[in-house]
Amino acid sequence: MIDIFKLLRGTPDESDYKKKGVIVQGITGAYGSVHARNMISYGTNIIAGVTPGKGGQKFEGKVPIYNTVKEAVDVSGAKISIIFVPAKFFLGAAKEALEAGIKLLVAIPEHVPVRDTMEVLDLANKKGAIIIGPNTPGIMIPELIKIGIMPPMPFKAGNIAVLSKSGTLLYEIADALTNAGFGQSITIGIGGDPINGTRMIDAFDMIKDIPDLEGLVIVGEIGGDSEEILAQRIIDIGFKKPTVAYIAGRAAPKEKRMGHAGAIVMGTYGSAESKVSMFNKANVPVANRPSQVPVLLAGKMQQSD
Amino acid sequence: MRLLEFQAKELFREYGINLLPSKASTTIEEGRKHAKELGYPFVIKIQVPVGGRGKAGGIQKCQNDDEFELKYPQVLGLTIKGEKARAILLEKMADIKKELYLSLFLNRSKRCYTIIASPEGGVEIESVKNQIIKEVGLGNVSEQVAREVAKEMKLDGKAADDFVNILQKLAKLTVEKEAELAEINPLAIMQDGSLMALDGKVVTDDNSNFRHGELQKYQEKTEIEERAEKSGFSLVELDGNIAVVGNGAGLVMSTLDMLSDNGGKPACFLDVGGGATTESVYEALTLISKMNRVKGILVNLYGGIVKTTVVAEAFLKAYDGNLINLPVFARLKGTESEKAKEMLKGSKTKIYDSVEEAINASVMGIKK
Repeated sequence: MIDIFKLLRGTPDESDYKKKGVIVQGITGAYGSVHARNMISYGTNIIAGVTPGKGGQKFEGKVPIYNTVKEAVDVSGAKISIIFVPAKFFLGAAKEALEAGIKLLVAIPEHVPVRDTMEVLDLANKKGAIIIGPNTPGIMIPELIKIGIMPPMPFKAGNIAVLSKSGTLLYEIADALTNAGFGQSITIGIGGDPINGTRMIDAFDMIKDIPDLEGLVIVGEIGGDSEEILAQRIIDIGFKKPTVAYIAGRAAPKEKRMGHAGAIVMGTYGSAESKVSMFNKANVPVANRPSQVPVLLAGKMQQSD
Repeated sequence: MRLLEFQAKELFREYGINLLPSKASTTIEEGRKHAKELGYPFVIKIQVPVGGRGKAGGIQKCQNDDEFELKYPQVLGLTIKGEKARAILLEKMADIKKELYLSLFLNRSKRCYTIIASPEGGVEIESVKNQIIKEVGLGNVSEQVAREVAKEMKLDGKAADDFVNILQKLAKLTVEKEAELAEINPLAIMQDGSLMALDGKVVTDDNSNFRHGELQKYQEKTEIEERAEKSGFSLVELDGNIAVVGNGAGLVMSTLDMLSDNGGKPACFLDVGGGATTESVYEALTLISKMNRVKGILVNLYGGIVKTTVVAEAFLKAYDGNLINLPVFARLKGTESEKAKEMLKGSKTKIYDSVEEAINASVMGIKK
């Protein structure tokens, strides 16, 4: 198991402790450039950019741009990359990153074909790398490092971990948590696709042993059974930290894709009822609306006091 | 994309999976021609993108001209689970010994393709206990793996050989067409021991459409859906009267849930996505203006990537150009939301501080 905190933060003995270098693939694109700028202003150490054909130029006059990920890695030593290329170029860009030695790959693009994601995952497994996404808002340790497209306002440093399939719902719920005084230790965007590089259960395994973790918020949605599997894991290991869930899509019609490629109920598979009932079994309350999440979390914390 | 039976069978034929003679038509004139070519007896099968056709009377045996003239229009006129007939498939009647089940599907939790086979076919696979399940990575099935499944199915002789052959071809189709599901139910054992695909269901990955021009002819889209897709929106039409618009699939689903909890009836799910501009939101309002059932619009925007002022501009433009004359109940939060509120002051768009308030106002406002 790769230690996600070690990857994102490093250890105090390292010279780049708390300022790990991040490469941006597609840094000169409309989308990539905006978010590269936002990440830099958040404090993320954007160490290099990659755009084929633009090697030798500089982004914002500061960040060197390379033609290939390999060059960027060779020069910078970065282990983290974030991809902003259009979906049809994702497969090539992701393979290139993994071959170049990237260990944490944040895959922003939406509409990546499932087969491409599976091919990338196959390679990531062989290389011992983690993929976050595709179709993810990214991953962040609030007030330390942001590798993604989240707006900074809703997030505040703290001790609650948040795992979310959705981007905007993550912002919404982080906002509610922050306003209620619950800062976040880490937020992981699982993504809205049918196949996720880091599944709910993988993300849970990454955060469950954080020593100062005070609570967990799971933001799920209809489709698949990753919430059910996570609920089962919570039961199996007897996870005792206060945990609250929210599931979007209760009112969605069956067999219709609700925006996300993965948000579809087939028969009873993927239904909100199935997820809610598994969370109930795991003694995890499920909020009816985002603003209820901090209320339920506070209730859980009182119980465990 | 969910293919109809006859479309799935076109792919099966292309891949060499055994089929009975069949022909698809959309008019009785065409159907009469096919009836002559096939000869009686045959089965009349409605083509709809939902299951449960048999129970709903959408599959009828047909022995002669009189029956044909009676049953063809009947079946063509059926609506099953809200879906009208897209076509009628006439298929030769078969002498069946036994029905099996076979499919390959994208296993989301295991993140691989998975074969499901069962000696009990012709019924919904969820209801069958006797299932043989085999994970096959990226979907390729070797002869050895196919033989193992055939053996577990307790097939031998010609049936086993045909099964191996069909499973490998179905796997090839799944991989090459990027299917999320390729199902044959029932896969029939005929009197001579050979195997035939009597029904077919194929669902392909919409995100791979760009490299499958050959499947484009199966694409079925309304004008509104097509325009939404072109603008990068996700749109699902629903039958209520309050259009729900927001950014991000999760947030719009959540808004839909809360609206329904409060007794509101959503008219659509419309996610304008991350890259929303004044033009694209204006286009979203244009699409909503084409939905006659809509009596009001509920907007829930968490401006992270989207500037809420961009959205406000689109609303003002829509009112100015008389595109919409509907009440709008909006919650705009995030980038430049204060400025957006200021811009919309005095317009028919009312801004609320919380989504709960906007929802309550929309339910109260639309009821009367």
